[in-house]
Amino acid sequence: MLKIKTDKLNELYSRIAESEALYLPINKANAANYDEWTSEAEVSLTTLKTVKSPKDLFFPQTQDMMRFKTEGKNISIIDVRSPEQPFVLMGVKACDFKAFEVLDRVFLSDPVDTYYKAKRDAGTIVTLACGKPEESCFCKVFGIDATSPMGDVTTWICGDELFWQPNTEKGKALTERVKDLFAEGDDAAVKEQQQKTKEIIEKLPFSNLDLSYFEENGVNDIFNRPEWQDLSEGCLACGTCTFVCPTCQCFDVKDYKTNKGVIRYRCWDSCMYSDFTQMSHGNNRTTQMQRYRQRFMHKLKYYPENNDGLYSCVGCGRCVNKCPQRLNIVKVAKTLGGKK
Amino acid sequence: MQEVTENKNYVPTIVAFCCNWCSYAGADLAGTSRLEYPANVKIIRVPCSCRVNPMFVLKAFQRGADGVIICGCHPGDCHYMTGNYYARRRMSLLFNFLNYLGIEKERTRVEWVSAAEGAKFSAVMNDFAKTINALGENKRLQDLRVKEDK
Amino acid sequence: MSNMQELIIKKATDLLTDNTVDRVIGWKKGEFVFDPSPAIFNSVDELKDFVYNPFCGANLSKYLIAECKKGGKIAVFLKACDTYSFNQLLTEKRIKKEMIVPVLVQCDGMLDISKIKTEETGAVLDVKDDGDKITVVSPYGDKVIAKADALLVKCETCKGFANVDGAEKIEVGESTLPQGDRFDMVKKLEAMSEEERFAFWKGELSKCIRCNACRNVCPACSCTKCVFDNVNSGVESKANADSVEEQMFHIIRAFHVTGRCTDCGECSRVCPQHIPLHLINRKFIKDANTLYGEYQAGEVVDSKTPLTSYTEKDLDPTVAVNTEGVRNA
Repeated sequence: MLKIKTDKLNELYSRIAESEALYLPINKANAANYDEWTSEAEVSLTTLKTVKSPKDLFFPQTQDMMRFKTEGKNISIIDVRSPEQPFVLMGVKACDFKAFEVLDRVFLSDPVDTYYKAKRDAGTIVTLACGKPEESCFCKVFGIDATSPMGDVTTWICGDELFWQPNTEKGKALTERVKDLFAEGDDAAVKEQQQKTKEIIEKLPFSNLDLSYFEENGVNDIFNRPEWQDLSEGCLACGTCTFVCPTCQCFDVKDYKTNKGVIRYRCWDSCMYSDFTQMSHGNNRTTQMQRYRQRFMHKLKYYPENNDGLYSCVGCGRCVNKCPQRLNIVKVAKTLGGKK
Repeated sequence: MQEVTENKNYVPTIVAFCCNWCSYAGADLAGTSRLEYPANVKIIRVPCSCRVNPMFVLKAFQRGADGVIICGCHPGDCHYMTGNYYARRRMSLLFNFLNYLGIEKERTRVEWVSAAEGAKFSAVMNDFAKTINALGENKRLQDLRVKEDK
Repeated sequence: MSNMQELIIKKATDLLTDNTVDRVIGWKKGEFVFDPSPAIFNSVDELKDFVYNPFCGANLSKYLIAECKKGGKIAVFLKACDTYSFNQLLTEKRIKKEMIVPVLVQCDGMLDISKIKTEETGAVLDVKDDGDKITVVSPYGDKVIAKADALLVKCETCKGFANVDGAEKIEVGESTLPQGDRFDMVKKLEAMSEEERFAFWKGELSKCIRCNACRNVCPACSCTKCVFDNVNSGVESKANADSVEEQMFHIIRAFHVTGRCTDCGECSRVCPQHIPLHLINRKFIKDANTLYGEYQAGEVVDSKTPLTSYTEKDLDPTVAVNTEGVRNA
């Protein structure tokens, strides 16, 4: 295991940024989001929950897919895919890293989403263990160990030192480039912090959320529960929960007309919107209750049903924090599960 | 030196929303009177100055306009009696707000031009074009994808 | 405040038992003290989950639009700022007066959990209200902070109650809320140069993720179909592919609610990225006040808004746009 003083992190950042773009949580106008590092950036590596999750780096909110050019009566299609430049993503927390597994199952299974794959291949992920989980965290429910996330490199911040542990070939290659900035260290401090954090996690109110109801009951039973109506009553139909979610992966494909052609791009969509999956005959979900139910059924029932029991929630707690009216997946699970 | 050449090549796009009853006729009169106004002023005829939705103004900027001017009948002379009174309030608030967001206040203007004021129309447009020319390209409200041509 | 909760629940119980109303709109207990949700209570039994505490910032008046369509009689609890939205919705004929029993409730300022929960406090398990101070209970150690530092932006300058026709008011003691100048920050921005202002707004607005929370929570945004959701409008978009799009969205939204915005502050409360959206609306309110006379939307039912009226002596835009006179007035 390697270590570096936290006050020397800027040197590490600039070294990495010399050869590859570096993305990490950056504070801009009072909000931390993953953004490209520059020497003026206000890095906030330990921010537990950036507003947007790091999925943005692999599955951007908007992404050009192709262009059309019109000349006279001819239309030509222009492929805008260029080889993705390698980049490094630092400070990813355990829950967000787990979310990539959820996304991979969607985008990398046949037919492979080439846009996503290109970015996935180009990125080296450096994770950061949580030292200060908060009350909305419930990753433990999904079998995630917040104190030892995987990724190409795993890091821990203990006191004024950052510990660095490469896990994969990509991680080792990155380590080679920055090795001279580090000193050798043992894992005593890391072990101690892991122990402490685990104790806190045990005490967190949602850590032992019971999801057995969703495993034991069939789709129809859950779908037809009358409680959905009450649960959804306060929902504003905004897309906050879906846009801050690290695993939501729905998108819409749209055209934008430029002066000489068209840009076809995709952008995140939200099942909370009334025009989600709008078809020529109209919409298959006509009430907010149905749309609300869809989101939680997808997270807790449909997705695990199709993916060997893997939930498409990782317990990051962003929706718990960010829902304007404080409706969230925990309230749903508790109400339907019947155990408070 | 380079700046000078650049300025010479730069032709701003100016969008003028003209009310059908006064300003559009004013533009006509300017034409028939052989008074010149810049060719890069693109006139859009609207039934009344109050027909101009703020969205029109923003959309014009977004699609590459460098300046937007709204011309209507003089207050009190509106073909629909009160239309331009409403437009006057709306545009005062909108343009003030655009400036609050940091958009140069010279890029937006409202002028009253009657059907008899061909000379005024020409003078207003020449002056506005001169102002926009000096300001240069609108970069703050423009959707960069519009002019992309790859 | 807990006393208030008892009184409110009692009122709701009475209204439901004597069948004055069929349902009550209120706030429902969450997992913590700081996460109550707006909810509809259909029976006395359900009222056990009713909560009224310093985290009931949500404005309930917009829910009346949907509830009025369902029929029956509805009771709603309104804080000071909510009363303006209620009156404005009545003015706009979005809700039916005869279906609603409005009850005004005293509010001593609502708190913003995002101001309380910082990186330093980490997890927040409970927040205890001790008058001027609040105690933040955290597994990383408790912390005491001044209540004034944790208020929602909208509560930093309170307008007080609007007159709601025929409404009963529940209060205990006297409420004390800061009465500062709500245009302070607007004036600061006005004093900046165009470049500085542009940099400020670019920084703020580029955070926008177009979740539409500001629009959907806004009591003035009550269109059945928003222009930004209408594929035929030419401006419909689900995400900001270009930074101009979020400017467009926020400018049009703010303009559309000009004269109707009561400054209830919900937009700023719900923004996941903490964009100070109230500064957008307040600029329009300030300018309209300066140019066309003081006006508070929702203060008087059926009043005419600045944009639906005019005088022959209004200033021309050439004079009105950011002249020193407007700025300093």
